[in-house]
Amino acid sequence: MDYATSLGLLAPELVLALSGLVLLLVAAWGGDESARVNSIAGAIALGGAFALSLSAVVDGASGLDTFAFFGQFRADAFAGLAKLMIFASSIAVLMIAPRYFERIGAMRAEFPVLVVFAALGMAIMVSAGDLLSLYIGLELNSLAAYVLASILRDEERSAEAGLKYFVLGALASGILLFGISLTYGFAGTTNYTGIAVAVADGLSTGQLFGLTFVLAGLAFKISAAPFHMWTPDVYEGAPTPVTAFFASAPKVAAIALLARVSLEAFGTQADAWRQIVIFAALLSIVIGALGAIGQDNVKRLLAYSSINNVGFILIGLAAGTVGGASAMMVYLVIYVVMTLGSFVAVLLMRDAEGRPVEGVSDLAGLSTTRPVLAWCLLALMFSLAGIPPLFGFWGKFVVFQAAVQADLIALAAIGIAASVIGAFYYIKIVKVMFFDDPVDTVKGESDVPHWVLLGLCALFVSPLGYLLIAPLDNVADLAAASLAVIP
Amino acid sequence: MIGIEHYLVVSSIMFVLGVLGIFLNRKNIIVILMAIELILLAVNLNLVAFSAYLNDLTGQVFAMFVLTVAAAEAAIGLAILVIYFRNRGTIAVDDVNRMKG
Repeated sequence: MDYATSLGLLAPELVLALSGLVLLLVAAWGGDESARVNSIAGAIALGGAFALSLSAVVDGASGLDTFAFFGQFRADAFAGLAKLMIFASSIAVLMIAPRYFERIGAMRAEFPVLVVFAALGMAIMVSAGDLLSLYIGLELNSLAAYVLASILRDEERSAEAGLKYFVLGALASGILLFGISLTYGFAGTTNYTGIAVAVADGLSTGQLFGLTFVLAGLAFKISAAPFHMWTPDVYEGAPTPVTAFFASAPKVAAIALLARVSLEAFGTQADAWRQIVIFAALLSIVIGALGAIGQDNVKRLLAYSSINNVGFILIGLAAGTVGGASAMMVYLVIYVVMTLGSFVAVLLMRDAEGRPVEGVSDLAGLSTTRPVLAWCLLALMFSLAGIPPLFGFWGKFVVFQAAVQADLIALAAIGIAASVIGAFYYIKIVKVMFFDDPVDTVKGESDVPHWVLLGLCALFVSPLGYLLIAPLDNVADLAAASLAVIP
Repeated sequence: MIGIEHYLVVSSIMFVLGVLGIFLNRKNIIVILMAIELILLAVNLNLVAFSAYLNDLTGQVFAMFVLTVAAAEAAIGLAILVIYFRNRGTIAVDDVNRMKG
């Protein structure tokens, strides 16, 4: 494959890289007055990248034609679908963030630049076909994310969130890298295809150590238990639009990356990593469900909810089949919409002076004071809990179905039982909103982009979402089939 | 004769020291940054040793990338530390407790 074809396969990344650099110059020269323009231009660049990754998903691109730069990079349907989710949620964040930051007088021109670079890093992560490009993508994303978390420089909580995220993120990268170095040493190559050949006859002890370290490092990035402890603090401390970003796009990227490493590089040794993934999945579901009980901060609660959801996604991965990968992608799409919707709802909670309100108790009686917001939140919470008429149920259903088909019946049974515990705190929020006496803290005037986004998310999780099942299953199947999975 | 296993032992010790440095250290966040660097150095030692052992250049190329990223990471870490210090007036690990966790 020649250089030009390789570059052509990288089109979405090239668009993002170049526009990110241009936006950086605009931000440097224009100062914070250019923040609005930068946000719009960043969203347009992400939209362009979205459009460019669309064809791979629709065509179900797979095979050697999608290998760019000697297998360093894959532009297949799986990467394409993950990129669509990443770019869409980045655009959503660029839509909601400017108004939030302008209201507290902290909109900075570098915010959109960082989001664009983070999206670029994530696009490289999901397309990586080599441990080297995996690492570069992951770091590009992480470095931008550390800055994003601490972007409110004058606020203690934001600085502390950035610091915690940085220390634990750097530790995770270190663990991941150590695993990569062991894998390289004992497999003799960093290419996924090469690793798959090297481990085909069983794992040596060194390779097993490498695999374990890689999985531990990635578990940090997707905030799966037992490596979840940074999540609640970072989600609470970071500004809400940034939290919405962290809970959606990087999670998609890291999970897609994890799926590609386990299914492509170590696909023949599924038994070796399956037990680790199952352990992390069950622990995440239980800790996500129990940890959220007793939390009064909505953002903290949603952080535990995201840990809980990662557990369900890992159940799909644990199946280790094409069906499991497809179920995982379906769950991811639904999860991203639900999470974005919930955080937009949190953004809409403001008191009379426009300050953000984040307490669960402040939601009391929301159904009488702000009925539309309350009903949207109700739909999102019931959907996160997986209660049947709403679309969140479908995601859980396909994941458990995949687990049962892979003969992991015990895993599915425990998962279903634990999801009932999780339903407790989602329903508690609904109870506070609909049955408690109004406290009338949430006032704040409306922002059109926020309402549009919240309306779209609520519509998606409503029973109307079931109309999307056929196309969603279709693209997820194509994406999963493009991974070189063992049958 | 120094073989690959010696390098592995040294790098494993460095890695463990780095991880312990992050978790056991109760004093200063600068020490945590140093521990992170130690972890990355352990990885680099591993990569270069394997590269020589396997007669394969990938490991050395990888080590160059790790060095570059580590520099960027340290810069961002120190920058975040500076804004944290401006807000709180301290960088003691035990004081990083504005949020429970």
